[in-house]
Order: sequence, then C-alpha cells, then structure tokens
Amino acid sequence: MSTRAAELVSAPISSKSSWPIIDFTRRLVRDKPLGAAGGLIFLIFLFCGIFADIIAPYGINDTDLHRRLEAPSLSFPLGTDHLGRDVLSRILYGAQLSMVVAFLAAGLATVISIVLGLASGYFGGKVDMIIQRMVDAWMTFPDLVLLIVVVSVVGPGVPQIIIILGLLYGIAGSRIVRGSVVSVKENMYTHAAQSMGGRNLYILRRHILPNVMPVVIVLFTTRIGAVILAEAGLSFLGLGVPPPAPTWGSMLSGTGRTYMYLGPWLALAPGLCLTIVVYSINVYGDALRDLLDPRMRGR
Amino acid sequence: MRLIPGDIIDLMLAQNDIATGQDRAAIEAALGLNQSLVAQYFSWIGAALTGDLGNSLWQNVPVVDQLAATLPITFELGLLAMIVALSVALPIGTYSAMRQDTAGDYISRSFSLLMLAIPSFWLGTLVMVFPSVWWRWSPELNYIPFTEDPLQNLKHMLVPAVLLGLSMSAVTMRMTRTMMLEVMRQDYIRTARAKGLSESLLVLRHAVRNGLIPVVTLIGLQAPLLIGGAVILEQIFVVPGMGLLLLEAVFQRDYPVVSGVFLIVGVGVLLINLLVDLSYGLLDPKVRHQ
Repeated sequence: MSTRAAELVSAPISSKSSWPIIDFTRRLVRDKPLGAAGGLIFLIFLFCGIFADIIAPYGINDTDLHRRLEAPSLSFPLGTDHLGRDVLSRILYGAQLSMVVAFLAAGLATVISIVLGLASGYFGGKVDMIIQRMVDAWMTFPDLVLLIVVVSVVGPGVPQIIIILGLLYGIAGSRIVRGSVVSVKENMYTHAAQSMGGRNLYILRRHILPNVMPVVIVLFTTRIGAVILAEAGLSFLGLGVPPPAPTWGSMLSGTGRTYMYLGPWLALAPGLCLTIVVYSINVYGDALRDLLDPRMRGR
Repeated sequence: MRLIPGDIIDLMLAQNDIATGQDRAAIEAALGLNQSLVAQYFSWIGAALTGDLGNSLWQNVPVVDQLAATLPITFELGLLAMIVALSVALPIGTYSAMRQDTAGDYISRSFSLLMLAIPSFWLGTLVMVFPSVWWRWSPELNYIPFTEDPLQNLKHMLVPAVLLGLSMSAVTMRMTRTMMLEVMRQDYIRTARAKGLSESLLVLRHAVRNGLIPVVTLIGLQAPLLIGGAVILEQIFVVPGMGLLLLEAVFQRDYPVVSGVFLIVGVGVLLINLLVDLSYGLLDPKVRHQ
C-alpha cells in the first residue's frame, strides 16, 4: 500500500532507486527529520510489541507476593505492582495488545472509509445524500460516549473493541476520502475513461483509488494514534480489554490506582508509553501528510 | 436533516433492552420491558416529547430529575474548560503564526502535539498521585454546589477543567495558527501594513477577526470531544456530572438513564452547533448582510 503511494509521489521527482519506498524514506529523512524520528520510535514500540514474548523478562501474570510494590531496580527495571508482577513485562505485553488493536481497528476503519467514501463521492446524487446524512447523524455523538454505550451492549473484549473502533473511525473518516474522490472524479482522465465506456468498478479501481491513496495512507496513520488512545481510555474506564490482560489503559485504573500512592512508578510507565507512542505516530503522520498531500498541509 | 440521530437512539435503546431483558425476565413486566422493542421505542419517544424520560430502573426517580441535577455541573465543567482552552490556544496560536519557524513557534507546536498525545486520564492520575506523594496535597474531591459556596466549588472544578481545557486547546491552537498564517498573507494586511498601522493593531483589528471564523466552527465541532473528555475526568475527580451518571448507568444497565443522557448529549451538540452558526453573523459582516 505504502509502496504504491511512494511510487506516485516520488516518481516525478526522482527514479534513481528501483525501490520507491527507499526513495521515499530518503526524502522523509531529508525533509522531515522529526517525522522520521517519530516513525522510528513508533517502529521500536511495534518491534517491542511483536517480540514481547521473547523480550519480556517475566510472564504477564507471574506474581511474587514477597516482592510487591518494589521500586525500579536492576531485576525489575520499572518496579513491581501490588501483586508483585513485573511492570516492564506488562508494559511490553501491553504494547503488543495496543499494536494489535491499533493496526486491526485502523485497518478496518480505513477499509470502511474507502468503501463509503468511494461510493458517496463517485456516485454522488441520492447515494451521496443518504450516506452523508447517516454520517452526519453518527458524528453528532461524542466518540467516547458512543463507545461506552456500544461496549455496554456488546460487552468488553478485544474483537468487540476492534470492530467498534473500526466502525467509529471508519464512518467519520469517510468524509475525508469522499472529499478527495470528488476532486479526483473531475479530472480529465476520469472523464476520458467514462466516455470510453469503462465500467464504474474498473474506473474506481484503476483511476480513482490510486489517486486518493495518499489521503488514505495519511488517514490510516492518524487513525492508529486515535485508536490507541481510545482503547486506552475505554480500558481505563473498565470497558475495554478485560483483565488480567495487561493494557496500558487498565494499568492506570482499577485496583492499581489505590497503590499508586505507595508506588508512584506504577502511574508513570503506562501513561508515558501511551504518550510517546501516540506523539511519535502523530509527528510521523504530520510529516507524511506534508509530503504526500499538499492540500491538507498544516491542518 | 439533523433529526436522524433518533435512529441511533433507537438502535441503542433496542440493544440495551436485549441485554437487560435476559437478566431480569421476572421484573420485565413491572418495568414495561416485556413489550416489543418497537412499541417500547415509540412509547419512549412519545413520552420524551412531553418531557417525560421515564424513571431510573434502579433508583426509581425520574430520569429528567437526574439529568436536571447533573447537567448544570457538566455544563459548568465544559464552560470552564472552554475558557481555559481558548485563553491558552488563541494567544499561543497567534504568537506561533506571527513568529513562524522560530524557536517559539516550534515549542508551541510541539506543545500542542504533545497535548494531543497525552491521555487526559493519565494527566488526571498524575495530578492525583504525585502532589500527594511529594507535598501531601491532593485536589479537592468533595463536590459542593456552586450556589452554596462558589469558591469551594471552583476549587474542586478547576483541576479537571484545566486538564480538559488543555487537551482541547491542542487542536484549536493548530487551527488558530493555520488560519492566522493564511490571513497574514492577504492583500488587505499588506495594505494595512503599508499605511503604517502598528503591528499590534494590525493583528488585533484586521487579522484575528478574520482568522477567528473557522476557529469558531472548530469550537462547535469540539463540543462532542468536550463531553467525551468530561466522562473520564468526572470519574477521576468525582464530579457528580452527567458523565459520571452515564458511566454508572452503563455499569448498572439502567437504560432509561443511558438513553436520557444520550438524548441530552445529542440535543446539546445540535444546540452548540446552532449557536456557532448564529455567531458567524456577529463575527463576519459578510454573512450578516446576505
């Protein structure tokens, strides 16, 4: 997916390397060093998440009641919680969970955005009208309130969270895809394809989709940060991923909260990780947007 | 056009019914839950139109009373947060635009990005834990109505309001900066500068007023964000507002309360957007004369 967009963007400028993604990365590092750094930090967290099972020094639920609430030390770099569980290990597994939820939910959201956005933007007329009014209605409600109510109905759990977050951000994001489709649709080559009798599906796949891809990629990137925050918020309220699964959000809530006064380090690590991950992906997304989509620059 | 949210309320209502219905088949009849979902929905809508949102399933008090008790509290929190957000975002956003690409600009932009990334519940937790560990001070957690003791009330509300406001200020700050940059490049700004207007007058009289219009729209768009944020902060700081009411109702499956809150939130967001639309007339003479 990203290769495609990189191709689009870097093709007119330089085609030195046979790998467009390498060209693009080079451009990112040169023009947006901060964005590149953000991307790198995010990759590190992604790596930690993927290999949590290997890196983590202890298991998620290895309890050692003799070593409860120990301050950070060599054997427990981030200390232990009120059940004597290693905080670092739980943070690493928390990263795993966050990343799984983030990629799946943001992926689902992007697919929904593309389908709704393409249909609404390309066909226009009544289809557009109906879809847009439904999106309007959906967006009237605060994300978190909608999430809380829906989760209270379907119950907490990883698959539910992924589907709900995907729907929530997918529907909201379809606006952005639609806007982009509407402008691409007016291009000469689209009209040419239509006048040659190209079928709608073919035109959509061949002409429209590749041209809205930069917008889609930026959308996907920004959604990852939003999804991570939303999942953490839900877990914090006790409506996200149910315990004993370690999530950054739930590590800041529940019974652990009462022990934070005895072990302040318990309050630091999960929140700090959340902030760093979301910050880095946002910075990366901003840089990506500046490079890929000049129209959205600075928004 | 915006009446469609009823569909969502309908959906939520219906689904909430299924969840509660299974658990409490016996008391269903007493609470009127044994009717079909469609019938329940219409009787709910019918009653809602006359101002009756039913009774809470747990406390057996009218939902309207509960909403009337909690809405002003959340409203106060939101208003305070909005004041904080604007008084942080507008000056810093403008400054950032005036000094584009300087150190100050970078610092304030990083600050706004950081505010977007920090979860408010973590900031809230930090504010609760660290002052108490270091200085044996913790934020006020006893709610006192504004009418009884305004000062004490503000003391309690201030911390959550500042946290909520800071997280809201991020987007507004970015928007202010973008709009100011755009406005400062306009011809009439160059003209004003050419005729020798002082920089501060230029910014305040010519630029800010034109740059503000999209920012006001953004405030309307942020209303849902405000309510969502209030849910979390009310929980941390034990503010007995609508957010806490919703959360408790959700955990207790008290669905008349849930749908009541949902209705109020929907109506509230619509009202705020209406106010935003009306305020264009005040801000923008071009709109007024059409």
